[in-house]
Amino acid sequence: MSDRRINNENFQKLLWPLVALGLILLFNFFFTPGFLNVEVKDGRLFGSLIDIVNRGAPVMLLTIGMTLVFATGGIDLSVGAVIAISGALAATIIRPDYVKGVLEYGELRPLFMVVSIPLLVSMAAGLWNGLLVAIIGIQPIIATLILMVAGRGIAQLITQGQIVVFIHEPFQFIGSGFLFGLPFPISIVIFMCALTYLLTRKTALGMFIEAVGANPVASRFMGVKERLIKISVYTFSGLCSGIAGLIICADIKAADANHAGFLLELDAIASVIIGGTMWGGRFTLIGSIAGTLIIQSLTTTILTIGIAPEVTLVFKAVVIICVALIQSEDFRRLFTHRSPQLKAKSS
Amino acid sequence: MKIRLNQKTIPILATIAVFILVYTVGSILYTGFFSLRVFTNLFIDNAFVGVIAVGMTFVIISGGIDLSVGSVIAFVGVLTAKLIHVYHIHPVPVIFLALLFGALFGFTMGCLIHFFNLPPFLVTLVGMFLARGLAFLTSLDAIPIKHPFIDRIVDFGIPLGFRAWLPATGIIFIIVVLIGIYLSHFTRFGRNTYAIGGNEQSAILMGLPVGKTKVLIYTLNGTLCALAGIVYSLYTLSGYPLACVGLELDVIAAVVIGGTLLTGGAGFVEGTLIGVLILGLIQTFITFQGTLSSWWTMIVIGVLLFVFILLQRYLSTTSITTTNLAVKEAVEMQPT
Repeated sequence: MSDRRINNENFQKLLWPLVALGLILLFNFFFTPGFLNVEVKDGRLFGSLIDIVNRGAPVMLLTIGMTLVFATGGIDLSVGAVIAISGALAATIIRPDYVKGVLEYGELRPLFMVVSIPLLVSMAAGLWNGLLVAIIGIQPIIATLILMVAGRGIAQLITQGQIVVFIHEPFQFIGSGFLFGLPFPISIVIFMCALTYLLTRKTALGMFIEAVGANPVASRFMGVKERLIKISVYTFSGLCSGIAGLIICADIKAADANHAGFLLELDAIASVIIGGTMWGGRFTLIGSIAGTLIIQSLTTTILTIGIAPEVTLVFKAVVIICVALIQSEDFRRLFTHRSPQLKAKSS
Repeated sequence: MKIRLNQKTIPILATIAVFILVYTVGSILYTGFFSLRVFTNLFIDNAFVGVIAVGMTFVIISGGIDLSVGSVIAFVGVLTAKLIHVYHIHPVPVIFLALLFGALFGFTMGCLIHFFNLPPFLVTLVGMFLARGLAFLTSLDAIPIKHPFIDRIVDFGIPLGFRAWLPATGIIFIIVVLIGIYLSHFTRFGRNTYAIGGNEQSAILMGLPVGKTKVLIYTLNGTLCALAGIVYSLYTLSGYPLACVGLELDVIAAVVIGGTLLTGGAGFVEGTLIGVLILGLIQTFITFQGTLSSWWTMIVIGVLLFVFILLQRYLSTTSITTTNLAVKEAVEMQPT
């Protein structure tokens, strides 16, 4: 049984990201005192580990959507822009007159409205991407590039180029509240992750997505509704970005159309690739989440052991390229000198 | 035959039409818009964008993409500024060093893409992180560039009459575009690039030097990025590690609006030149308009991108033969 497991393709894909994550945590265990300590204060969990997951929550949400998009053979560059739009909308709904220079608060908007409208708009943005990719047939990189460029402009249009600050207790809970002792963003991530896992692995949906990514033509002949799958995957990615946008916006109690979610799409893409999902075909949600955790814990490690934070980017680059190289067949062959046939025989 | 010519040239004709349209509308609406000065300013303000856009055109024609350009500009800018201002090294060796770095950077990325079969998107993403990180490591603050030699370059220029003036950066831009046009139309390297973008598998089977060409394309692009970095430092007279964040998207947009197919295999450096000028024109337009805010630039660029991609999409579904022709022409250029 265990032998079969190790040879299982999915497990092998998961192995490297988990090893990398383990190494980073092990390093911290020895060099950062108290790194693994998790304390309970006022019924709430605190500690470096919790902090890493909490800080990484928005990217993890993006990663969940991005993984599915990757599995269909696509990419979603617009997630950062959707984050900005979603945050800008939420803040503007809370303080509609702020951009006109009115500083007093009007009536307190119901949380339902503050949350649902941005999420609907984010899904509409994702739907737009999906339509461009599936119906018009534009390459995903380009189709989503349009929204990436224009989206930030739209977000600034909503906030009129200002940073809209607000106070709205129920809404702030999304960014900095605690549920069952866990920071609320983590709860959202766990919920979305479980939901996606159930939808893709306990129903045939996941297989359809992989089929569309592996061979669109063949899956169309098999009766898989290729277009519908693609559209729903991009819409889902839009929704995930929208939620991430709300978390970021609620956490800093402001909407910054210029910087919210800036370059986060790259973190999300890097997480997915580190996690072992390549373009089209098989995907592993857990791998992608591990990928985000690697990036986030690397960042935290660099901060806690006192290296200048500027180095983070260099480290990120090195880690991503190393993991990508390890996953590259051509690179592994360079060291093992084993032909693919031999490999297949031995396993 | 005539239909094929049309399909190849329609995107670039559309690009020229948009340029003339925007310029005409601007000239009618605002006094002073239709002047040689505004026109030459397009070349001056967008020189660094244009220089990379030429390199990016080759990359995209070959079916790849380069996301690292903005970061490389920032790093080269900070590096030259630091070497000149802090270490007092003469600009000439510094410029050579910067170009060498760019070439090496591009070469390494090209090798990773070719030899390990990694997606260009991923490799250049890593390049983007790396170059930006190196820029931060070099300096966190903006560094001024002051040197008599640099001043002489900046003061150099060709007077064009009508109070217009073409400085060194504009001249570099135009020279790079001319070299790009020559490379793409009249050399074996250019033909191979089109062939790889058209169908890499066919290009390999036909015995074209795919690997060498790919590595060369990224090396060329890296060198042009470094050159753009120098042009940018001459333009701002400083180096700043946060410069040009997100520039890669403007560049890609310029290339696409210029009529290059993002799937690779078709496009013109001439089109890219006009694409860059259109981006500049939109910015000038919004400056002249006065009340529209800068974020309208992004929205307009997004809409333009959308329209041009739709146009490309329509054209590529009506013609499948263009790419095959490119491969055929490439084979004819090979020595027998």
